[in-house]
Amino acid sequence: MAERERSHTRPLGGVFVPHSLVLSGADVQRALTRMSHEVAERNGGLDDVVIVGLQTGGVTLAHHMAVALELSESQQVPVGTLDVAFYRDDIGLRPVLPEAATDIPVDLTGRVVVLVDDVLFTGRTVRAALNALSDFGRARAVQLAVMVDRGHRELPIRPDYVGKNLPTRREEMVDVSEDGVAIGTLMPR
Amino acid sequence: MNHLLSVADLGPDGIAEVLRVAEAFAEVERRAIPKVPTLRGRVVATLFFEESTRTRLSFETAAKRLSADVLSLSVATSSVKKGESLRDTVETVEALGIDALIVRHPSSGAPEQVARWVDRARVVNAGDGWHEHPTQALLDCFTVRQVLAERQGCDPASLGTDCFVGLNVLIVGDIRHSRVARSEVLAYAAVGANVTVAAPGSLLPPSLDGWPVTVAPDLDAALGDADVVSLLRLQAERGSGSFVPSLREYTAGWALTADRVARLKPGALVTHPGPMVRGVEIASDVADLPFVVATRQVTNGVAVRMAVLFLLLGSGTAGLAEEPAPADPTVPTNHPASEVAHG
Repeated sequence: MAERERSHTRPLGGVFVPHSLVLSGADVQRALTRMSHEVAERNGGLDDVVIVGLQTGGVTLAHHMAVALELSESQQVPVGTLDVAFYRDDIGLRPVLPEAATDIPVDLTGRVVVLVDDVLFTGRTVRAALNALSDFGRARAVQLAVMVDRGHRELPIRPDYVGKNLPTRREEMVDVSEDGVAIGTLMPR
Repeated sequence: MNHLLSVADLGPDGIAEVLRVAEAFAEVERRAIPKVPTLRGRVVATLFFEESTRTRLSFETAAKRLSADVLSLSVATSSVKKGESLRDTVETVEALGIDALIVRHPSSGAPEQVARWVDRARVVNAGDGWHEHPTQALLDCFTVRQVLAERQGCDPASLGTDCFVGLNVLIVGDIRHSRVARSEVLAYAAVGANVTVAAPGSLLPPSLDGWPVTVAPDLDAALGDADVVSLLRLQAERGSGSFVPSLREYTAGWALTADRVARLKPGALVTHPGPMVRGVEIASDVADLPFVVATRQVTNGVAVRMAVLFLLLGSGTAGLAEEPAPADPTVPTNHPASEVAHG
Protein backbone atom coordinates (compact mmCIF):
# COMPACT_ATOMS: atom_id res chain seq x y z
CA MET A 1 0.00 0.00 0.00
CA ALA A 2 1.74 3.12 -1.17
CA GLU A 3 1.54 6.66 0.01
CA ARG A 4 -0.26 8.76 -2.52
CA GLU A 5 -0.02 12.41 -3.45
CA ARG A 6 -3.42 14.12 -3.10
CA SER A 7 -2.74 17.41 -4.80
CA HIS A 8 -6.40 18.34 -5.13
CA THR A 9 -7.62 17.38 -1.70
CA ARG A 10 -8.79 20.44 0.12
CA PRO A 11 -7.53 22.64 1.57
CA LEU A 12 -4.25 22.44 -0.32
CA GLY A 13 -3.39 18.83 -0.81
CA GLY A 14 -1.04 16.59 1.06
CA VAL A 15 0.22 13.06 1.14
CA PHE A 16 -2.23 10.28 1.90
CA VAL A 17 -0.74 7.77 4.33
CA PRO A 18 -2.78 4.52 4.35
CA HIS A 19 -3.42 2.61 7.59
CA SER A 20 -5.53 -0.29 6.43
CA LEU A 21 -6.77 -1.59 3.12
CA VAL A 22 -10.53 -2.07 3.21
CA LEU A 23 -11.24 -3.21 -0.34
CA SER A 24 -8.77 -4.63 -2.84
CA GLY A 25 -8.64 -3.51 -6.45
CA ALA A 26 -10.63 -6.62 -7.41
CA ASP A 27 -13.24 -5.81 -4.72
CA VAL A 28 -13.66 -2.33 -6.17
CA GLN A 29 -14.20 -3.80 -9.62
CA ARG A 30 -16.77 -6.30 -8.28
CA ALA A 31 -18.64 -3.57 -6.39
CA LEU A 32 -18.68 -1.45 -9.54
CA THR A 33 -20.07 -4.32 -11.58
CA ARG A 34 -22.79 -4.91 -8.99
CA MET A 35 -23.68 -1.22 -8.85
CA SER A 36 -23.90 -1.14 -12.65
CA HIS A 37 -26.39 -4.03 -12.59
CA GLU A 38 -28.39 -2.19 -9.94
CA VAL A 39 -28.48 0.93 -12.11
CA ALA A 40 -29.84 -1.04 -15.05
CA GLU A 41 -32.28 -2.95 -12.85
CA ARG A 42 -33.67 0.08 -11.09
CA ASN A 43 -34.14 2.05 -14.31
CA GLY A 44 -35.49 -0.85 -16.35
CA GLY A 45 -32.61 -0.61 -18.80
CA LEU A 46 -30.48 2.32 -19.79
CA ASP A 47 -32.81 4.49 -21.86
CA ASP A 48 -32.33 8.15 -20.91
CA VAL A 49 -29.57 7.28 -18.41
CA VAL A 50 -26.59 9.67 -18.28
CA ILE A 51 -23.60 9.00 -16.03
CA VAL A 52 -21.87 12.02 -14.52
CA GLY A 53 -18.60 11.63 -12.61
CA LEU A 54 -17.71 14.22 -10.00
CA GLN A 55 -14.25 15.74 -10.40
CA THR A 56 -11.84 14.37 -9.60
CA GLY A 57 -12.47 11.14 -7.68
CA GLY A 58 -15.67 10.11 -9.46
CA VAL A 59 -14.50 10.48 -13.04
CA THR A 60 -12.59 7.21 -13.39
CA LEU A 61 -15.35 5.33 -11.57
CA ALA A 62 -17.95 6.84 -13.93
CA HIS A 63 -16.03 5.63 -16.97
CA HIS A 64 -15.59 2.16 -15.47
CA MET A 65 -19.31 2.03 -14.73
CA ALA A 66 -20.12 2.95 -18.34
CA VAL A 67 -17.83 0.15 -19.56
CA ALA A 68 -19.49 -2.33 -17.18
CA LEU A 69 -22.94 -1.23 -18.36
CA GLU A 70 -21.98 -1.63 -21.99
CA LEU A 71 -20.75 -5.16 -21.29
CA SER A 72 -23.91 -6.25 -19.50
CA GLU A 73 -26.56 -4.27 -21.39
CA SER A 74 -24.88 -3.88 -24.81
CA GLN A 75 -25.82 -0.22 -24.80
CA GLN A 76 -23.65 2.88 -24.63
CA VAL A 77 -24.55 5.57 -22.13
CA PRO A 78 -23.31 9.18 -22.30
CA VAL A 79 -20.67 9.97 -19.67
CA GLY A 80 -20.04 13.48 -18.39
CA THR A 81 -17.82 15.11 -15.81
CA LEU A 82 -18.74 17.81 -13.32
CA ASP A 83 -16.59 20.16 -11.24
CA VAL A 84 -18.62 21.75 -8.46
CA ALA A 85 -16.13 24.38 -7.26
CA PHE A 86 -18.33 27.30 -8.37
CA TYR A 87 -21.32 25.91 -6.45
CA ARG A 88 -19.68 25.10 -3.12
CA ASP A 89 -20.99 26.64 0.10
CA ASP A 90 -17.51 27.22 1.56
CA ILE A 91 -16.36 29.69 -1.11
CA GLY A 92 -14.43 32.43 0.64
CA LEU A 93 -14.07 30.31 3.79
CA ARG A 94 -11.30 28.13 2.51
CA PRO A 95 -9.40 27.57 -0.70
CA VAL A 96 -11.79 26.50 -3.43
CA LEU A 97 -10.47 26.17 -6.93
CA PRO A 98 -11.81 24.39 -9.98
CA GLU A 99 -9.82 21.19 -10.38
CA ALA A 100 -10.70 19.92 -13.79
CA ALA A 101 -13.12 20.28 -16.63
CA THR A 102 -16.89 20.17 -16.54
CA ASP A 103 -18.21 18.43 -19.63
CA ILE A 104 -21.89 17.51 -19.80
CA PRO A 105 -22.33 16.10 -23.32
CA VAL A 106 -26.17 16.15 -23.49
CA ASP A 107 -29.09 18.29 -22.37
CA LEU A 108 -30.17 16.72 -19.11
CA THR A 109 -33.84 17.64 -19.46
CA GLY A 110 -35.90 14.47 -19.11
CA ARG A 111 -32.83 12.26 -18.53
CA VAL A 112 -31.97 10.10 -15.52
CA VAL A 113 -28.64 11.28 -14.16
CA VAL A 114 -26.50 8.87 -12.17
CA LEU A 115 -24.00 10.97 -10.21
CA VAL A 116 -20.86 9.02 -9.41
CA ASP A 117 -18.35 9.88 -6.71
CA ASP A 118 -15.67 7.98 -4.84
CA VAL A 119 -16.53 8.86 -1.21
CA LEU A 120 -19.76 10.21 0.32
CA PHE A 121 -18.93 12.15 3.50
CA THR A 122 -20.68 15.35 4.60
CA GLY A 123 -22.90 15.51 1.52
CA ARG A 124 -21.87 19.05 0.71
CA THR A 125 -20.22 18.16 -2.58
CA VAL A 126 -23.37 16.32 -3.65
CA ARG A 127 -25.51 19.32 -2.65
CA ALA A 128 -23.30 21.53 -4.84
CA ALA A 129 -23.50 18.98 -7.65
CA LEU A 130 -27.32 18.96 -7.53
CA ASN A 131 -27.34 22.72 -7.96
CA ALA A 132 -24.81 22.54 -10.77
CA LEU A 133 -26.79 19.84 -12.60
CA SER A 134 -29.92 21.97 -12.60
CA ASP A 135 -28.08 24.48 -14.80
CA PHE A 136 -27.83 21.82 -17.52
CA GLY A 137 -31.53 21.07 -17.73
CA ARG A 138 -34.30 19.56 -15.60
CA ALA A 139 -33.37 15.95 -15.12
CA ARG A 140 -36.28 13.50 -14.66
CA ALA A 141 -34.37 11.98 -11.75
CA VAL A 142 -30.94 12.20 -10.17
CA GLN A 143 -29.48 9.11 -8.50
CA LEU A 144 -26.29 8.89 -6.50
CA ALA A 145 -23.69 6.13 -6.74
CA VAL A 146 -20.65 6.13 -4.42
CA MET A 147 -17.89 3.60 -3.90
CA VAL A 148 -17.72 4.35 -0.17
CA ASP A 149 -20.32 5.80 2.20
CA ARG A 150 -18.35 6.80 5.26
CA GLY A 151 -21.12 8.50 7.23
CA HIS A 152 -20.91 11.89 9.03
CA ARG A 153 -23.55 13.50 6.84
CA GLU A 154 -24.27 17.19 7.43
CA LEU A 155 -27.15 17.39 4.95
CA PRO A 156 -30.19 15.20 4.24
CA ILE A 157 -28.59 13.28 1.39
CA ARG A 158 -28.41 9.52 0.88
CA PRO A 159 -26.88 7.38 -1.85
CA ASP A 160 -28.87 5.09 -4.16
CA TYR A 161 -26.00 2.74 -4.96
CA VAL A 162 -23.18 2.01 -2.51
CA GLY A 163 -19.98 0.04 -3.04
CA LYS A 164 -19.29 -0.29 0.67
CA ASN A 165 -20.63 1.24 3.87
CA LEU A 166 -17.57 2.09 5.88
CA PRO A 167 -17.80 3.41 9.46
CA THR A 168 -14.99 5.92 9.98
CA ARG A 169 -13.81 8.46 12.45
CA ARG A 170 -14.34 12.00 11.25
CA GLU A 171 -10.63 12.84 11.19
CA GLU A 172 -9.71 9.79 9.15
CA MET A 173 -9.39 9.97 5.41
CA VAL A 174 -10.66 7.47 2.86
CA ASP A 175 -8.80 7.02 -0.39
CA VAL A 176 -10.34 5.28 -3.40
CA SER A 177 -8.29 4.26 -6.39
CA GLU A 178 -8.20 1.39 -8.85
CA ASP A 179 -5.85 -0.35 -6.43
CA GLY A 180 -8.54 -0.46 -3.76
CA VAL A 181 -10.02 1.46 -0.86
CA ALA A 182 -7.83 2.43 2.10
CA ILE A 183 -8.37 4.29 5.37
CA GLY A 184 -5.54 6.55 6.47
CA THR A 185 -4.56 10.10 7.26
CA LEU A 186 -3.67 13.05 5.10
CA MET A 187 -0.29 14.42 6.07
CA PRO A 188 0.39 18.05 5.24
CA ARG A 189 3.30 18.55 2.90
CA MET B 1 -2.73 38.42 -4.17
CA ASN B 2 -5.11 41.00 -2.73
CA HIS B 3 -5.34 43.30 -5.74
CA LEU B 4 -4.61 43.09 -9.44
CA LEU B 5 -2.81 46.33 -10.24
CA SER B 6 -0.11 45.09 -12.59
CA VAL B 7 0.72 41.92 -14.47
CA ALA B 8 3.88 41.92 -12.35
CA ASP B 9 1.68 41.13 -9.29
CA LEU B 10 0.92 37.74 -10.81
CA GLY B 11 4.24 36.40 -12.02
CA PRO B 12 4.40 33.36 -14.31
CA ASP B 13 2.56 31.08 -11.86
CA GLY B 14 -0.19 33.62 -11.28
CA ILE B 15 -0.69 34.07 -15.01
CA ALA B 16 -0.87 30.29 -15.44
CA GLU B 17 -3.45 30.10 -12.63
CA VAL B 18 -5.64 32.84 -14.13
CA LEU B 19 -5.55 31.12 -17.53
CA ARG B 20 -6.40 27.76 -15.94
CA VAL B 21 -9.35 29.10 -13.96
CA ALA B 22 -10.51 31.16 -16.95
CA GLU B 23 -10.75 27.96 -18.96
CA ALA B 24 -13.23 26.62 -16.38
CA PHE B 25 -15.28 29.80 -16.71
CA ALA B 26 -15.14 29.60 -20.53
CA GLU B 27 -16.99 26.30 -20.13
CA VAL B 28 -19.59 28.07 -17.96
CA GLU B 29 -20.05 30.59 -20.76
CA ARG B 30 -20.80 27.87 -23.28
CA ARG B 31 -23.76 26.62 -21.20
CA ALA B 32 -27.38 27.35 -21.96
CA ILE B 33 -27.54 29.21 -18.63
CA PRO B 34 -24.10 30.85 -18.38
CA LYS B 35 -24.34 31.79 -14.73
CA VAL B 36 -22.97 30.27 -11.51
CA PRO B 37 -23.80 31.23 -7.89
CA THR B 38 -20.14 31.57 -6.90
CA LEU B 39 -20.06 35.21 -5.72
CA ARG B 40 -23.61 35.50 -4.40
CA GLY B 41 -23.91 38.35 -1.94
CA ARG B 42 -20.68 40.02 -3.02
CA VAL B 43 -20.78 43.52 -4.47
CA VAL B 44 -18.54 44.63 -7.33
CA ALA B 45 -18.37 48.31 -8.26
CA THR B 46 -16.94 49.71 -11.47
CA LEU B 47 -15.37 53.15 -11.05
CA PHE B 48 -14.56 54.49 -14.48
CA PHE B 49 -12.99 57.93 -14.64
CA GLU B 50 -12.41 57.46 -18.33
CA GLU B 51 -14.71 56.29 -21.13
CA SER B 52 -14.86 52.65 -22.07
CA THR B 53 -17.22 50.31 -23.87
CA ARG B 54 -15.85 46.82 -23.80
CA THR B 55 -13.86 46.79 -20.57
CA ARG B 56 -16.71 48.07 -18.47
CA LEU B 57 -19.33 45.86 -20.08
CA SER B 58 -16.97 42.92 -19.87
CA PHE B 59 -16.28 43.34 -16.15
CA GLU B 60 -19.96 43.88 -15.41
CA THR B 61 -20.95 40.82 -17.44
CA ALA B 62 -18.28 38.79 -15.64
CA ALA B 63 -19.48 39.88 -12.21
CA LYS B 64 -23.12 39.18 -13.08
CA ARG B 65 -22.32 35.72 -14.41
CA LEU B 66 -20.73 35.04 -11.02
CA SER B 67 -23.99 36.21 -9.36
CA ALA B 68 -22.30 39.21 -7.72
CA ASP B 69 -24.24 42.44 -7.46
CA VAL B 70 -22.85 45.16 -9.69
CA LEU B 71 -22.80 48.88 -9.06
CA SER B 72 -21.54 51.13 -11.72
CA LEU B 73 -20.31 54.61 -10.94
CA SER B 74 -20.37 56.83 -13.93
CA VAL B 75 -18.17 59.81 -13.22
CA ALA B 76 -20.16 62.13 -15.45
CA THR B 77 -23.19 61.84 -13.14
CA SER B 78 -21.36 61.46 -9.80
CA SER B 79 -20.24 63.82 -7.05
CA VAL B 80 -16.80 63.85 -8.68
CA LYS B 81 -18.33 66.55 -10.87
CA LYS B 82 -19.01 68.58 -7.70
CA GLY B 83 -15.34 68.41 -6.78
CA GLU B 84 -15.18 65.30 -4.63
CA SER B 85 -11.67 63.92 -4.47
CA LEU B 86 -10.71 60.41 -5.57
CA ARG B 87 -10.01 59.48 -1.96
CA ASP B 88 -13.40 60.63 -0.71
CA THR B 89 -15.13 58.87 -3.58
CA VAL B 90 -13.30 55.63 -2.79
CA GLU B 91 -14.03 55.88 0.93
CA THR B 92 -17.69 56.52 0.22
CA VAL B 93 -17.87 53.54 -2.06
CA GLU B 94 -16.11 51.30 0.45
CA ALA B 95 -18.36 52.50 3.26
CA LEU B 96 -21.24 51.02 1.27
CA GLY B 97 -19.72 47.57 1.86
CA ILE B 98 -18.34 46.94 -1.60
CA ASP B 99 -16.10 43.91 -2.05
CA ALA B 100 -14.25 44.80 -5.23
CA LEU B 101 -13.50 48.04 -7.03
CA ILE B 102 -12.78 47.95 -10.75
CA VAL B 103 -10.93 51.19 -11.42
CA ARG B 104 -10.11 52.91 -14.67
CA HIS B 105 -8.41 56.27 -14.41
CA PRO B 106 -6.56 58.61 -16.79
CA SER B 107 -3.66 58.95 -14.31
CA SER B 108 -1.04 56.21 -14.12
CA GLY B 109 -0.94 54.71 -10.62
CA ALA B 110 -4.42 55.78 -9.55
CA PRO B 111 -5.59 52.19 -8.86
CA GLU B 112 -2.49 51.60 -6.76
CA GLN B 113 -3.30 54.67 -4.71
CA VAL B 114 -6.89 53.45 -4.34
CA ALA B 115 -5.56 50.08 -3.14
CA ARG B 116 -3.69 51.87 -0.32
CA TRP B 117 -6.85 53.63 0.80
CA VAL B 118 -9.21 50.66 0.97
CA ASP B 119 -9.43 48.41 4.03
CA ARG B 120 -10.97 45.21 2.82
CA ALA B 121 -12.10 45.76 -0.76
CA ARG B 122 -10.07 44.26 -3.60
CA VAL B 123 -8.93 46.59 -6.36
CA VAL B 124 -8.63 45.64 -10.01
CA ASN B 125 -6.85 47.94 -12.44
CA ALA B 126 -9.00 48.29 -15.54
CA GLY B 127 -6.53 50.64 -17.21
CA ASP B 128 -4.58 53.53 -15.70
CA GLY B 129 -3.13 56.21 -17.92
CA TRP B 130 -0.11 54.95 -19.86
CA HIS B 131 0.71 52.42 -17.18
CA GLU B 132 -1.09 49.07 -17.34
CA HIS B 133 -4.22 47.20 -18.33
CA PRO B 134 -3.54 43.77 -16.86
CA THR B 135 -6.79 41.97 -17.70
CA GLN B 136 -6.35 42.91 -21.37
CA ALA B 137 -2.92 41.26 -21.49
CA LEU B 138 -4.30 38.18 -19.72
CA LEU B 139 -7.14 37.80 -22.19
CA ASP B 140 -4.70 38.24 -25.08
CA CYS B 141 -2.62 35.35 -23.72
CA PHE B 142 -5.79 33.32 -23.17
CA THR B 143 -6.94 33.92 -26.76
CA VAL B 144 -3.55 33.06 -28.26
CA ARG B 145 -3.42 29.83 -26.26
CA GLN B 146 -6.98 28.96 -27.26
CA VAL B 147 -6.15 29.29 -30.97
CA LEU B 148 -2.92 27.30 -30.60
CA ALA B 149 -4.83 24.55 -28.78
CA GLU B 150 -7.48 24.42 -31.50
CA ARG B 151 -4.79 23.97 -34.13
CA GLN B 152 -3.23 21.14 -32.16
CA GLY B 153 -6.66 19.67 -31.44
CA CYS B 154 -6.09 19.64 -27.69
CA ASP B 155 -7.58 21.13 -24.55
CA PRO B 156 -6.16 24.67 -23.96
CA ALA B 157 -5.72 23.98 -20.25
CA SER B 158 -3.41 21.06 -21.05
CA LEU B 159 -0.95 23.44 -22.72
CA GLY B 160 -0.31 25.36 -19.49
CA THR B 161 1.98 28.21 -20.43
CA ASP B 162 4.45 26.00 -22.31
CA CYS B 163 2.89 27.03 -25.61
CA PHE B 164 4.24 30.56 -25.12
CA VAL B 165 7.88 29.55 -24.72
CA GLY B 166 9.78 30.79 -27.75
CA LEU B 167 6.67 32.31 -29.35
CA ASN B 168 7.55 35.49 -31.28
CA VAL B 169 5.22 38.31 -30.29
CA LEU B 170 5.41 41.59 -32.19
CA ILE B 171 3.71 44.61 -30.66
CA VAL B 172 3.10 47.35 -33.21
CA GLY B 173 2.01 50.94 -32.82
CA ASP B 174 1.72 53.53 -30.12
CA ILE B 175 3.90 51.81 -27.52
CA ARG B 176 4.59 55.12 -25.79
CA HIS B 177 1.03 55.84 -24.74
CA SER B 178 -0.29 52.30 -24.55
CA ARG B 179 -1.02 50.66 -21.20
CA VAL B 180 -1.95 47.53 -23.13
CA ALA B 181 1.59 47.38 -24.52
CA ARG B 182 3.13 47.58 -21.04
CA SER B 183 0.93 44.83 -19.66
CA GLU B 184 1.40 42.66 -22.76
CA VAL B 185 5.19 42.99 -22.60
CA LEU B 186 5.17 41.89 -18.94
CA ALA B 187 2.73 39.04 -19.52
CA TYR B 188 4.22 37.59 -22.69
CA ALA B 189 7.77 37.90 -21.36
CA ALA B 190 6.81 36.27 -18.04
CA VAL B 191 5.52 33.15 -19.78
CA GLY B 192 8.59 32.88 -22.00
CA ALA B 193 7.68 34.55 -25.29
CA ASN B 194 10.17 36.67 -27.28
CA VAL B 195 8.70 40.15 -27.43
CA THR B 196 9.59 42.67 -30.14
CA VAL B 197 8.17 46.16 -30.40
CA ALA B 198 7.84 48.11 -33.63
CA ALA B 199 6.86 51.78 -33.77
CA PRO B 200 8.05 55.07 -35.16
CA GLY B 201 10.74 56.47 -32.85
CA SER B 202 8.42 59.18 -31.59
CA LEU B 203 5.93 56.58 -30.38
CA LEU B 204 8.45 54.50 -28.44
CA PRO B 205 8.82 55.28 -24.74
CA PRO B 206 11.64 57.72 -23.90
CA SER B 207 13.60 54.78 -22.49
CA LEU B 208 13.25 51.04 -22.92
CA ASP B 209 15.76 50.30 -20.15
CA GLY B 210 14.68 47.20 -18.28
CA TRP B 211 12.02 46.24 -20.81
CA PRO B 212 12.45 42.61 -21.84
CA VAL B 213 11.99 43.52 -25.52
CA THR B 214 13.91 44.04 -28.71
CA VAL B 215 13.12 46.97 -30.99
CA ALA B 216 12.44 46.25 -34.65
CA PRO B 217 13.84 48.96 -36.93
CA ASP B 218 10.94 48.68 -39.32
CA LEU B 219 7.71 46.79 -39.46
CA ASP B 220 8.19 45.05 -42.80
CA ALA B 221 11.37 43.30 -41.63
CA ALA B 222 9.82 42.15 -38.35
CA LEU B 223 6.50 40.84 -39.68
CA GLY B 224 7.94 37.69 -41.22
CA ASP B 225 9.15 36.34 -37.85
CA ALA B 226 6.05 37.03 -35.81
CA ASP B 227 3.74 34.29 -34.56
CA VAL B 228 1.50 36.87 -32.91
CA VAL B 229 1.10 40.48 -34.02
CA SER B 230 -0.48 42.76 -31.44
CA LEU B 231 -1.74 45.92 -33.09
CA LEU B 232 -2.34 48.98 -30.93
CA ARG B 233 -4.52 51.97 -31.53
CA LEU B 234 -3.04 55.43 -32.00
CA GLN B 235 -4.15 57.08 -28.74
CA ALA B 236 -5.54 60.32 -30.12
CA GLU B 237 -6.96 61.29 -26.69
CA ARG B 238 -3.43 61.19 -25.28
CA GLY B 239 -2.11 63.44 -28.02
CA SER B 240 -0.56 60.73 -30.18
CA GLY B 241 -1.62 62.60 -33.28
CA SER B 242 1.11 65.15 -32.72
CA PHE B 243 3.78 62.42 -32.48
CA VAL B 244 3.39 61.44 -36.13
CA PRO B 245 3.59 63.78 -39.12
CA SER B 246 0.20 62.66 -40.39
CA LEU B 247 -2.15 59.74 -40.05
CA ARG B 248 -1.54 58.90 -43.70
CA GLU B 249 2.19 58.69 -43.13
CA TYR B 250 1.68 56.56 -40.02
CA THR B 251 -0.54 54.21 -42.00
CA ALA B 252 2.00 53.99 -44.81
CA GLY B 253 4.80 52.97 -42.45
CA TRP B 254 3.17 51.09 -39.59
CA ALA B 255 -0.33 49.89 -40.37
CA LEU B 256 -1.27 46.31 -41.21
CA THR B 257 -2.25 46.69 -44.85
CA ALA B 258 -3.12 44.01 -47.38
CA ASP B 259 0.46 44.19 -48.75
CA ARG B 260 1.89 43.52 -45.31
CA VAL B 261 -0.48 40.63 -44.68
CA ALA B 262 1.39 38.84 -47.49
CA ARG B 263 4.60 39.05 -45.43
CA LEU B 264 3.07 37.32 -42.41
CA LYS B 265 4.09 33.75 -41.58
CA PRO B 266 1.40 31.22 -42.39
CA GLY B 267 -0.57 30.72 -39.21
CA ALA B 268 0.33 34.08 -37.67
CA LEU B 269 -2.35 35.65 -35.47
CA VAL B 270 -3.29 39.30 -35.16
CA THR B 271 -4.71 40.60 -31.88
CA HIS B 272 -6.17 44.04 -31.27
CA PRO B 273 -7.40 45.28 -27.90
CA GLY B 274 -10.02 47.52 -29.49
CA PRO B 275 -11.40 49.96 -30.23
CA MET B 276 -10.08 49.38 -33.74
CA VAL B 277 -9.65 52.39 -35.99
CA ARG B 278 -10.04 50.97 -39.46
CA GLY B 279 -7.89 52.69 -42.04
CA VAL B 280 -5.31 53.87 -39.46
CA GLU B 281 -3.55 50.97 -37.73
CA ILE B 282 -5.30 48.28 -39.75
CA ALA B 283 -6.81 48.32 -43.23
CA SER B 284 -10.55 47.77 -43.15
CA ASP B 285 -10.51 44.65 -45.36
CA VAL B 286 -7.67 43.15 -43.30
CA ALA B 287 -9.59 43.66 -40.06
CA ASP B 288 -12.22 41.18 -41.21
CA LEU B 289 -9.79 38.37 -42.10
CA PRO B 290 -10.09 35.22 -39.98
CA PHE B 291 -6.63 35.42 -38.38
CA VAL B 292 -7.60 38.75 -36.78
CA VAL B 293 -9.03 37.53 -33.48
CA ALA B 294 -10.30 40.81 -32.01
CA THR B 295 -13.89 39.60 -31.60
CA ARG B 296 -12.74 36.42 -29.93
CA GLN B 297 -10.66 38.53 -27.53
CA VAL B 298 -13.81 40.38 -26.49
CA THR B 299 -15.65 37.09 -25.90
CA ASN B 300 -12.76 35.66 -23.89
CA GLY B 301 -12.49 38.84 -21.84
CA VAL B 302 -15.54 37.83 -19.83
CA ALA B 303 -14.13 34.42 -18.81
CA VAL B 304 -10.75 35.93 -17.93
CA ARG B 305 -12.35 38.65 -15.81
CA MET B 306 -14.55 36.07 -14.11
CA ALA B 307 -11.36 34.23 -13.21
CA VAL B 308 -9.74 37.38 -11.83
CA LEU B 309 -12.80 38.26 -9.73
CA PHE B 310 -13.10 34.67 -8.51
CA LEU B 311 -9.44 34.46 -7.54
CA LEU B 312 -9.61 37.79 -5.69
CA LEU B 313 -12.98 37.31 -3.99
CA GLY B 314 -13.98 33.69 -4.03
CA SER B 315 -11.19 31.20 -4.01
CA GLY B 316 -10.14 31.93 -0.46
CA THR B 317 -6.52 31.59 -1.53
CA ALA B 318 -5.72 35.30 -1.53
CA GLY B 319 -2.48 35.88 0.30
CA LEU B 320 -1.61 32.19 0.47
CA ALA B 321 1.27 32.65 -1.93
CA GLU B 322 3.13 34.61 0.73
CA GLU B 323 2.41 32.54 3.83
CA PRO B 324 2.36 28.76 4.18
CA ALA B 325 -1.08 27.22 4.24
CA PRO B 326 -2.44 26.53 7.72
CA ALA B 327 -2.63 22.81 8.38
CA ASP B 328 -6.10 21.33 8.30
CA PRO B 329 -7.17 21.20 11.98
CA THR B 330 -8.97 17.89 11.36
CA VAL B 331 -5.71 16.18 10.45
CA PRO B 332 -3.69 14.99 13.44
CA THR B 333 -0.14 16.16 12.93
CA ASN B 334 1.38 14.19 15.83
CA HIS B 335 1.15 11.04 13.79
CA PRO B 336 4.35 10.40 11.92
CA ALA B 337 3.96 8.27 8.83
CA SER B 338 6.62 5.80 9.98
CA GLU B 339 4.51 4.67 12.96
CA VAL B 340 1.54 3.83 10.85
CA ALA B 341 0.82 0.14 10.61
CA HIS B 342 0.40 -0.72 6.99
CA GLY B 343 -2.41 -3.25 6.58
